[in-house]
Amino acid sequence: MSAPTEPVYRTDALIAEDIDAYLEQHQHKTMLRFITCGSVDDGKSTLIGRLLYDSKMIFEDQLASLEADSKRVGTQGEAIDFALLVDGLAAEREQGITIDVAYRFFATEARKFIVADTPGHEQYTRNMVTGASTAQLAVILIDARKGILTQTRRHSFLAKLVGIRHVLLAINKMDLVDYDQGVFDRIVADYRAFTQQIGIEDFVAVPVSGLMGDNIIALSEATPWYQGPTLLHHLETVEIDEQAQAAQPFRMPVQWVNRPNLDFRGFSGQIVSGTVRPGDAIKVQPGAQGSTVASIVTLDGDLEAAHAGQSVTLTLNDEIDCSRGQVIVAAEQPVEVADQFEVTLVWMAEEPMLPGRAYLMKIGTNLLTTTVTSQKYQININSLAREPGKTLELNGIGVCNIATDRAIPFEAYEQTPDLGGFILIDRFTNHTIGAGMIHFALRRSHNLPWQHIEVDRAAHAVMKQQQPRLLWLTGLPAAGKSTIANLVEKKLHALGRHTFLLDGRNVRHGLSQDLGFTKADRVENIRRVGAVARLMTDAGLIVICAFISPFRSERDQVRQLMPEGEFIEVFIDTPLSVAEARDPEGLYRRARAGELKNLTGVDSPYEPPEHPELQLDTKTLSAEEAADQIVARCLSAPGGP
Amino acid sequence: MKPLTHLERLEAESIHIMREVAAEAEKPVMLYSVGKDSAAMLHVARKAFYPSPPPFPLLHVDTTWKFRSMYALRERAAREAGMELLVHQNPEAKARGINPFDHGSLHTDLWKTEGLKQALDHYGFDAAFGGARRDEEKSRAKERIFSFRSANHRWDPKNQRPELWRLYNTRKNQGESIRVFPMSNWTELDIWQYIHVEGIEIVPLYFSAPRPTVERDGLLLMVDDERFRFRDGEQVEERWIRFRTLGCYPLTGAVESRADTLPAIIQEMLLTTTSERQGRAIDHDQSASMEKKKQEGYF
Repeated sequence: MSAPTEPVYRTDALIAEDIDAYLEQHQHKTMLRFITCGSVDDGKSTLIGRLLYDSKMIFEDQLASLEADSKRVGTQGEAIDFALLVDGLAAEREQGITIDVAYRFFATEARKFIVADTPGHEQYTRNMVTGASTAQLAVILIDARKGILTQTRRHSFLAKLVGIRHVLLAINKMDLVDYDQGVFDRIVADYRAFTQQIGIEDFVAVPVSGLMGDNIIALSEATPWYQGPTLLHHLETVEIDEQAQAAQPFRMPVQWVNRPNLDFRGFSGQIVSGTVRPGDAIKVQPGAQGSTVASIVTLDGDLEAAHAGQSVTLTLNDEIDCSRGQVIVAAEQPVEVADQFEVTLVWMAEEPMLPGRAYLMKIGTNLLTTTVTSQKYQININSLAREPGKTLELNGIGVCNIATDRAIPFEAYEQTPDLGGFILIDRFTNHTIGAGMIHFALRRSHNLPWQHIEVDRAAHAVMKQQQPRLLWLTGLPAAGKSTIANLVEKKLHALGRHTFLLDGRNVRHGLSQDLGFTKADRVENIRRVGAVARLMTDAGLIVICAFISPFRSERDQVRQLMPEGEFIEVFIDTPLSVAEARDPEGLYRRARAGELKNLTGVDSPYEPPEHPELQLDTKTLSAEEAADQIVARCLSAPGGP
Repeated sequence: MKPLTHLERLEAESIHIMREVAAEAEKPVMLYSVGKDSAAMLHVARKAFYPSPPPFPLLHVDTTWKFRSMYALRERAAREAGMELLVHQNPEAKARGINPFDHGSLHTDLWKTEGLKQALDHYGFDAAFGGARRDEEKSRAKERIFSFRSANHRWDPKNQRPELWRLYNTRKNQGESIRVFPMSNWTELDIWQYIHVEGIEIVPLYFSAPRPTVERDGLLLMVDDERFRFRDGEQVEERWIRFRTLGCYPLTGAVESRADTLPAIIQEMLLTTTSERQGRAIDHDQSASMEKKKQEGYF
């Protein structure tokens, strides 16, 4: 009972007759990366060896050494042991098992294939996740005599976890069950029931014999009841994921800023989704600065368009801040930016994962510090049950919440693997110790428990013999906020009060230097200033803030941060005409001339406070008088300092 | 949109890898052997950083026994790429007059393996690009793209970092260095096809021409300069030959061929049935010899 062993995949004719035609054909091949999963005895290495052999990727000298090795250490008697082609490292050969991820290559007329060969051993979840992370398809091997085993479930679950969309179930060793259709059908039915349970949408099952070659490249006479594709035919025709990725919105993590000279500034990276064309509006995240694409620069000339998967260099029409770690995105479809996430973690180190310990995290082109704040549950890879557990051991898989030391642009792993997949690195050994996949951002920062501090804000205030206050001056540009704020501080200082002045312009040189003047950036600016001011009042200070702070919601958000009575909103009420007439820095003049964008009062709105603690009309009050009123209000407020 | 071809995807991946190294390594270098794999790798590097020149030098670990036409191309290729070319010759090997005729495998050990370590230590390079491919040899199939070497340049195949997605962990410990193989996923055919499509200049020895040869121990050697040592009875014979791989000329076997264009070379490669490394004397001893060499620090 033997299937055709003669390789039918011969391209020799075309190579010999018309090499130019052959090259032309092969130049347009696509590429598929797949992973093979099976246990030691499922015949995986034999199957891969067979694919290499039949697609003529083995040269005569290798074959000679293979024949010699087969006789010496092979398991097939006098016949060729294909597995020996694949098992690489010397130590592994002796043990007769594959213990790491190996990559193999073969090509047919339609495609180039990269095969990640990963071991089926229980303790090597880490290897399979590694191999699967770059694969688009998983070949899951089953020994027809044994049916679905625990490891079949494990491999399928991991393939699903890493987001592989295509599963090929190779039911191997059909020769040992007399090519019985009943056996095949039973296994397929069992597997279908299982995949529905874990959410694998579809799979293709093929009855094969790696040893005999049945249904690998040609349909076998031994299985007349099977009319589906051969294993290789399916690999050659299955849809490639990258086209789906190209249909998504544009995203490109910046890898490297290209500055050969002062006249050229390009941003280099690999497009992870979507398409970009010159003229497209883009945004750089995190941050809100935007521009349009000027050109897509390559050594072969500027491109009309570039798509997901291509490595390019973009130039922009505006001088904006953009560096490694940021992501250039379609302006109208930005990504989320967050610092807390729910993720799945796969642990890859002997040293267990510990919540609260700081790890380095590489995501896209960002390297930052992260901690696992809590683990919700871990997944028993054999039963797929959710089990309690605070830590993860080697090869453990858990669903956790993590917090990063700064906000990063991201997308769910399922949506854009390149913006949602990350690795964790030990800060001391520098080893890669875990891999993770973001599900979504956590919006509740109170998930993060507060550290209890014994010297509290009351203690700080007592030491300074004053009540903390936040004096928040809001108003149009050139309303007089900074002048008045400065006087207020001088007066309080003269009275022996401990104060600090946060000025709108000054924080933009440091705390908010990455922010512009769009609505989103103004919101973020006030959020930051509010958080800083709150910390300063915690230290017992009287804090004076002079900010245009044009939006009610952000001013109210700062008010919410403060204890009752400590936030004093002061509306510096200067009509636009008066402020514009003063215009000490020519801001209004430049805005009216179109040279300055987003100036509050001109082309960006100002929302006056509805119930400020103080409203000061600068048409009738001098700066000194206004400052006196603020000081008086500050000192007379309930529990006054 | 048409899907990217396999060559476009391979090139994009290699560019991505090179840029990661440029961004994260302190002092990278590109090892350049003047062979076709180096030529393809250098071409990808030029594309990765254009319009800047690649932001690292080229390093040729020289044995003084390469083919003359390799030296000629070496200088030109570096100049055209706008890159600095560093050449290292192991002074000890030089002083001892180590040569392929008298010293056998010591020649490779001293000039190449030791020479490479010396050069990396001398310049303090922390990341070195190499043009090795995973399809070349079985032990390389498991090599990572970022391969870490201890302070004494040893490779530990049991303790490699997992490499996931396109996320490369480039952090190293004190004294460690990284060998980076951006062309890992290319095959020999991919390299040839890329050279063909991109019009990359390669050493003329890859193309067939009548050349002075000697047949020795089953290898067809080319008499490239006056240092060639003849054994008794050996006669120079002119043959139409070309090389599938280039190294030290007294150790590199030629093949008889009439293929003098790239398509003809590719055609011949596809129709022949012996693998590329067979022309190199180095792996003949034992089938796992390359792995041993690598653990000792051979690239």
